[in-house]
Amino acid sequence: MKLPIYLDSHATTRTDPRVLQAMTPYFTDYFGNAASRNHSFGWEAEEGTEKARKQIADLIGATPKEIVFTSGATESNNLALKGIAEMYAERGNHIITQVTEHKAVLDTCKRLEKEGVRVTYLPVQQNGLIDLDQLRDAITDKTILISIMYANNEIGVVQPMAEIGKIAKEKGILFHSDAVQAVGKIPVNVIADGIDILSLTAHKLYGPKGIGALYVRRRNPRVQITAQIDGGGHERGMRSGTLNVPGIVGLGAACEICAQEMPEESKRHAFLRDKLKDKFLNALDEVYVNGTMEHHLPHNLNISFNYVEGESLLMGINDIAVSSGSACTSATLEPSYVLKALGAGDDLAHSSIRFGIGRFNTEEEIDYVGNKVIDVVVKLRELSPLYEMAKEGIDLSKVVWAAH
Amino acid sequence: MAYSNKVIDHYENPRNVGSLDKSSKDVGTGMVGAPECGDVMKLQVKVNPETGVIEDAKFKTFGCGSAIASSSLATEWLKGKTVDQALEIKNTDIVSELALPPVKIHCSVLAEDAIKAAITDYKHKQGAVVAQPEAVAVH
Repeated sequence: MKLPIYLDSHATTRTDPRVLQAMTPYFTDYFGNAASRNHSFGWEAEEGTEKARKQIADLIGATPKEIVFTSGATESNNLALKGIAEMYAERGNHIITQVTEHKAVLDTCKRLEKEGVRVTYLPVQQNGLIDLDQLRDAITDKTILISIMYANNEIGVVQPMAEIGKIAKEKGILFHSDAVQAVGKIPVNVIADGIDILSLTAHKLYGPKGIGALYVRRRNPRVQITAQIDGGGHERGMRSGTLNVPGIVGLGAACEICAQEMPEESKRHAFLRDKLKDKFLNALDEVYVNGTMEHHLPHNLNISFNYVEGESLLMGINDIAVSSGSACTSATLEPSYVLKALGAGDDLAHSSIRFGIGRFNTEEEIDYVGNKVIDVVVKLRELSPLYEMAKEGIDLSKVVWAAH
Repeated sequence: MAYSNKVIDHYENPRNVGSLDKSSKDVGTGMVGAPECGDVMKLQVKVNPETGVIEDAKFKTFGCGSAIASSSLATEWLKGKTVDQALEIKNTDIVSELALPPVKIHCSVLAEDAIKAAITDYKHKQGAVVAQPEAVAVH
């Protein structure tokens, strides 16, 4: 077993060697511009991108012509929200999203609000899921778009996509989903889920960084999007710019591998995740799993070790790469807004660790991580005045703290 | 974030972890911070009432590595000092000793506050015992 151990697959994943192998000829041999129509270099490059379009479409139940290549999910989300708001401005100016979206959606919505678009940010329940009645109630005759992420990047909960898609369809509202954490990990089908626009990226599914896609439905309804980057009119006019051919080939190859391996891979990940979770729950008291486990990504575990501050825990497990919701690890010095949205209290957000299991993790690694984390939590609890007070039976929520 | 070797040393080998009897008249307890802010420090001093010298100091901290190191260092520095000398410890001394980066300065401030709170508590208790008007010399 090699250290450090990478367990942060919601942040990014290692490029699968098979993906890299598929990409390399497109740097040196088939280096043409996919838009060059009059020579074989261009045709070869285009062949690569069109194969990839099909591989991606097949993974999400779409057709190849519905795939628009972008630089990644941040661009896809920007293009979806801004492009829809602009294109459908005459129909309405109201967008519904939720508070636990990725910043690429939330900050895009903030920008749109400055431009006169009205945005409703639905709260989430304590289990991390939106309340469908609240969604229904938020819809007005001005609502043009519902944007709800497929699965959350911090707590791994999977939103009720098909139900949301049904509501959107009934009301004639477009439905966009940031699906970067779900695609390639759990079955995603834009027809069954009723999704009209979907963002995905390669580097979360063992492909390269810098390449992503936006699925834009062509039928029933035919979705139109105003381009946000002007230029040569690539990608059916929705996203200009010379195609990143090696990246696209890599994204396609990554999607195909995920499609083939998902049934076994998701089972293996869920087994490792549950092993880790059960190990913590059996060895330690005051451990809380964040986000419902009933609707959950198989490779995600977000857990709060009460009375232990997240950054100090990370410091003790510095041969393991994970993330914490602790303020100390973030640039803003604010604890995770996703965990705060669950209403569990800031103290549990400060004590949270996110484990993201990936394709290259082994059971041996998971066992090592489990033991190491438990050792450090026990040590830090001996240091924790909060743990001591809790053991003395003091209700910490009733203490008046001399806060700064 | 890269930690200084001294922070890592205090994190890995924290000095004077533990608790003193908070009901004892010779013990002053300071508890500062709040769980929702991600930092809580409890610092205790045991003072010889005859000499005013701090004979023992203990801490427990919920917080990041720098907060743990700041309070661990504070207990080291407190031992052997008189209560008045202890009040002269400044957060900037902790910052330079541990080479804390700007985002971690609040950890040192918290440690200074914890020292002051512990000594204030001790003086309160002493004041009560000898029935003197409290806080004469403190604030």
